Amino acid sequence: MSLLDVQNLYVTFPTRNGPVDVVRGVSFNLGRERLGIVGESGSGKSQTGRAILGLTPPPGSARADQLSFEGTDLRNLTPKQWRKLRGKRMSMVMQDPKFSLNPVMAVGKQLMEVLRTHGAGRAAAKQAALEMLEAVQIRDPERVFRAYPHELSGGMGQRVMIAMMLVSQPDLLIADEPTSALDVTIQIEVLRILDRLVAERGMGLIFISHDLRLVSSFCDRVLVMYAGRVVEELKASELEQAKHPYTQGLINCLPDIDEDRHPLPVLDRDGAWAE
Amino acid sequence: MSKHMLSVNNLEVTFVSGLDQIHAVRGVSFDVKPGESYGIVGESGSGKSTVLRAICGLAPTSGGALHLNGTEIATPRRPDFYRQVQMVFQDPYASLHPRHTIDSVLSEPLAIQGFDRRDERIAQALEDVGLGVGFRFRYPHQLSGGQRQRVAVARALILEPQVMLLDEPTSALDASIQAEVLNLLERLRAERGLTYVMVSHDLAVISHMCERLLVMEHGLAVEELTREDLRARRAKTDYTAKLLRASAGYTKEDVPA
Repeated sequence: MSLLDVQNLYVTFPTRNGPVDVVRGVSFNLGRERLGIVGESGSGKSQTGRAILGLTPPPGSARADQLSFEGTDLRNLTPKQWRKLRGKRMSMVMQDPKFSLNPVMAVGKQLMEVLRTHGAGRAAAKQAALEMLEAVQIRDPERVFRAYPHELSGGMGQRVMIAMMLVSQPDLLIADEPTSALDVTIQIEVLRILDRLVAERGMGLIFISHDLRLVSSFCDRVLVMYAGRVVEELKASELEQAKHPYTQGLINCLPDIDEDRHPLPVLDRDGAWAE
Repeated sequence: MSKHMLSVNNLEVTFVSGLDQIHAVRGVSFDVKPGESYGIVGESGSGKSTVLRAICGLAPTSGGALHLNGTEIATPRRPDFYRQVQMVFQDPYASLHPRHTIDSVLSEPLAIQGFDRRDERIAQALEDVGLGVGFRFRYPHQLSGGQRQRVAVARALILEPQVMLLDEPTSALDASIQAEVLNLLERLRAERGLTYVMVSHDLAVISHMCERLLVMEHGLAVEELTREDLRARRAKTDYTAKLLRASAGYTKEDVPA
């Protein structure tokens, strides 16, 4: 059975000119694998991720023909039922640690909060939190445990966030641009952590990013989104054989160290892609 | 005309906050020839942007010398310095005043520098960056990120400078928009014989735009390479090699260092 089943997902926001669908009819299945969702700003990739966790910000709303997580229908859960799922079974890493960590709470306490909420004892929670910090390659977990978010660098903050999302050992992790704010060398380290967790724990991972090159080298499968729709689904290894002109355009417009193309080909947007 | 358009000699930048001293740039030297495009690459905190800001007079230099066209750059910068050197900043969402129209953004430098024919110049600058006069009386919030960055480029170009300092001009933009802005910058350089100093964390962007580049780490210049060195992966230092590997994307077999 697949971990997550999404059929015909729509996310709608009301505007002055009537409702606007920012996600339109997205369908996919996720097993215990790494699925990439790629698109440019405004393509609806982040809203897709949020809708799965029931985090569509009001006044927006999400609807789907099917939205189920291991057989549980996610469409009509009560807040109480959501609280049982979120954090414990499925969780989300956001883009920027500066806005996602509580600035007035020590890192360790925030990590323990996840576990305590889901019923772990204090000592066990502390132990698990420290182990998790170690697992995300933080060299001095005891110090980071006591530190406040402003005392950490961007890369450390991001790793703390990943630790926080993984400490409860979720089955599904949605990572929304988890490495975009990081330097390339740290980016690779963070991906390695995620990769190991998918391999060792059999976790399902949805990796949302604008970086086609990174996604294709990291994920098993890639969905390419444009204007709220999935325009193409590909095996990451077969990205070079992309058929849709948007995907081809996205690949071509990236500068490459080994190529001399002046000027760079630009994307000619076709109104029909959005239909 | 001197051999070097811009030369930076042993530049040091120290920020002082309370009792702390932060040595952000530690003895960086490089020369840029007229008409050349020179890149600076490094990760956050390496001091690459600070070098540009120091050239522009936006960061306090604590040592070293800066020469423009053979003459030492005076501190504080004189107005005529900014006629020759202009800067484009990283984030087009932060670098344009939200309550000023594009027209007032572009006319301010003209007024400061006492340029004539302001009306024509503004129209021409908007035309040059591919926006057209229809954008003249809009506010920044009515523009997309790529359009804003074009305005920022127009603002720098309107004073007809010889040197442009580009601080990550495309890192806040989508890939397809990045290609458009890079093409624009290349075309303008070819048309006007501009000299560029471009800072980026993206090796692919730098190798596309620049003939030579400097790799920086922790405020130090690690090594200088040509575009050909980069293509041939001729990195002399471990750090550059690591950057090159990381920019190729994620590799599974790669063992953590």
